[in-house]
Amino acid sequence: MKQMLTLEESANYNRKILNYIHQASETGVYDIRGLGAKRRVPSLDDLVFLTASLSRYPLEGYREKCVTKTVLGTRFAKKPIELEMPITIAGMSFGSLSANVKEALGRAATHMGISTTTGDGGMTPEERNSSKTLVYQCLPSRYGFNPDDVRKADAIEIVVGQGAKPGGGGMLLGLKVSERVARMRTLPPGIDQRSACRHPDWTGPDDLTIKIQELREITDWKVPIYIKFGATRVREDVKLAIKAGADVIVVDGMQGGTAATQEVFIEHAGIPTLPAIRLAVEALEEMDMLGKVQLVVSGGIRTGADVAKALALGADAVAIGQGVLMSLGCNTPHYIDADGRPVDVTEEYQALGTAPGYCHHCQTGLCPVGVTTQHPVLEQRMQPEWGARRLINYLTTLKMELTTIARACGKSNVHHLEREDLVALTVEAAAMAKRPLAGTNWIPGA
Amino acid sequence: MSETFDLKTTTVRAINEHLHGLAPDATGVYEILNPNGSHNIAVGVDAPVEINIRGHAGYFTAGMNKQARVTVYGNVGWSVAENMMSGRVHVKGFASQCAGASGHGGLLVIDGDASSRCGISMKGIDIVVGGSIGHMSAFMAQAGRLVVLGDAGKGLGDSLYEAVIYVRGKIHGLGADARVEDLSEEDRTQIGELLEQAGLSARPAEFTRVASARTLYHWNPTSPQVSVL
Ligand code: SF4
Repeated sequence: MKQMLTLEESANYNRKILNYIHQASETGVYDIRGLGAKRRVPSLDDLVFLTASLSRYPLEGYREKCVTKTVLGTRFAKKPIELEMPITIAGMSFGSLSANVKEALGRAATHMGISTTTGDGGMTPEERNSSKTLVYQCLPSRYGFNPDDVRKADAIEIVVGQGAKPGGGGMLLGLKVSERVARMRTLPPGIDQRSACRHPDWTGPDDLTIKIQELREITDWKVPIYIKFGATRVREDVKLAIKAGADVIVVDGMQGGTAATQEVFIEHAGIPTLPAIRLAVEALEEMDMLGKVQLVVSGGIRTGADVAKALALGADAVAIGQGVLMSLGCNTPHYIDADGRPVDVTEEYQALGTAPGYCHHCQTGLCPVGVTTQHPVLEQRMQPEWGARRLINYLTTLKMELTTIARACGKSNVHHLEREDLVALTVEAAAMAKRPLAGTNWIPGA
Repeated sequence: MSETFDLKTTTVRAINEHLHGLAPDATGVYEILNPNGSHNIAVGVDAPVEINIRGHAGYFTAGMNKQARVTVYGNVGWSVAENMMSGRVHVKGFASQCAGASGHGGLLVIDGDASSRCGISMKGIDIVVGGSIGHMSAFMAQAGRLVVLGDAGKGLGDSLYEAVIYVRGKIHGLGADARVEDLSEEDRTQIGELLEQAGLSARPAEFTRVASARTLYHWNPTSPQVSVL
């Protein structure tokens, strides 16, 4: 008699874990990859809006005026940042991204009246020239950091950490370190570049206070100073950043992306964006700084609904990184050639050991659609004009969704969205966002 | 032309604002009296002027300096000449932590000792220290030269890239991937030139050269490093 097969998959040792153990046993090294956490964590998806009905009065769909203007950095800076909508392009380095991508981001952001942000690798002329409003990151590595660019910046963002790797430094594998990238970073081409995890010239919050003053002195107190960190001990960090003198606080949840980081960090360090927003807002309230120090949140903000929910929870704006790259073609099966024709690159994804829709291989520098690459041939696949057009469409859609939801909640200004407009669909989200579970008035832990 | 600012009667803000208003080719001598440990004196200057700080200064003195020749007649706090691009900063006394951090160019001279992390993350700056330096100095230093006439604390040159360290005294311990190398004729010439620029004297042959063993240049030394560029 034929033996019956028993195919019982283990929850503890499922195929993903088996694969991990087998690969670790073969190679003896951990995995480094791009993008953000892939596993499901409690998120803004677990909240829904209580839009208007009898007890609330809505505004008319896409017609009635709904203000999206956003001002960041009103605490000390002479020239706060003014945005046409509460979205900013998150900091991503030249090095991880090509110069073409940087230019596309700048063009689209300028068209939409929003800001874009440099990354770990300095400011390129392409992005400064194409971005009307550019936030200059001051990172632990200080690659390419210089006073001329400090003076050219519209705001400075001191990066303490990142949601994908709070407490960890960055990596730029040698494959992406071209002559130009190496020159900008003062390092030999082709070596794996480790970005430091600690700032070289200050350590604790007391030193940070003086560092902020230094940057204010150099810029003659004109531009806002942001402080960005990955979401871990959010309440404490927000309070320390306020105390240190930040104008704007950027909190990056664990879903935030990266160009290359150890997978163990991406999936296992930091807390999701959902509780991070609530903790940050509570800290601002406890310091009586809500509305005085602005809050930008990032990490897995993808849709207009995400933007609206973040604002309702108390954020002043959001920063988007991965969504922007996907808008430029990340994870699509083709790129668009000079004649506007799609060219299939499924085989190139395969060569990286992945497929469109599953790729997180930015660390290789061999991005099949030319987004996260320094390869002279590949980078031509994403042309700035085409990319800017796509990104403008994406950002316009987000803005339309955001204002539609705001109007349906009866708000003539997206910044009037409030916590009271939200309820949670899961017990976890209710506890993390401190919003009642839908249909109840139960907030676990409250 | 010479101007005097007295921090008893004016502010760091007023001094910096004045210095930032100088033309990039401005010359002149600026005397700063009674610094009394104030932070951020003469940060972000971009003109070939001479600035004399008459007393002890606080954190970030001459931070991000370009072109200026700044002399501190006293001690300095953390991160003197951090991210300096060019010019010269001379501390006649002692320096606290992170002296010359992330400096991209120019010359930093410290006549006395410098505390821990001297030359951390340096990116092309030259640093000459007349005394000794503290632990973890030249951490992740990328380019430039650090010359130390005295001793070096533990963890010297941890995670070094291409910067080179010369120590005349005792090295209390090397950091990860740092190693002692033979001193070449070229090294001796460079040390001699730097000592001369710093106005300090010592015999170049007495120095020990420390540089990167380059074993950490790839995060996974077992994987093939095939450059596609
Ligand atoms: S398609 Fe390109 S940008 Fe997207 S995950 Fe893959 S390598 Fe990264």
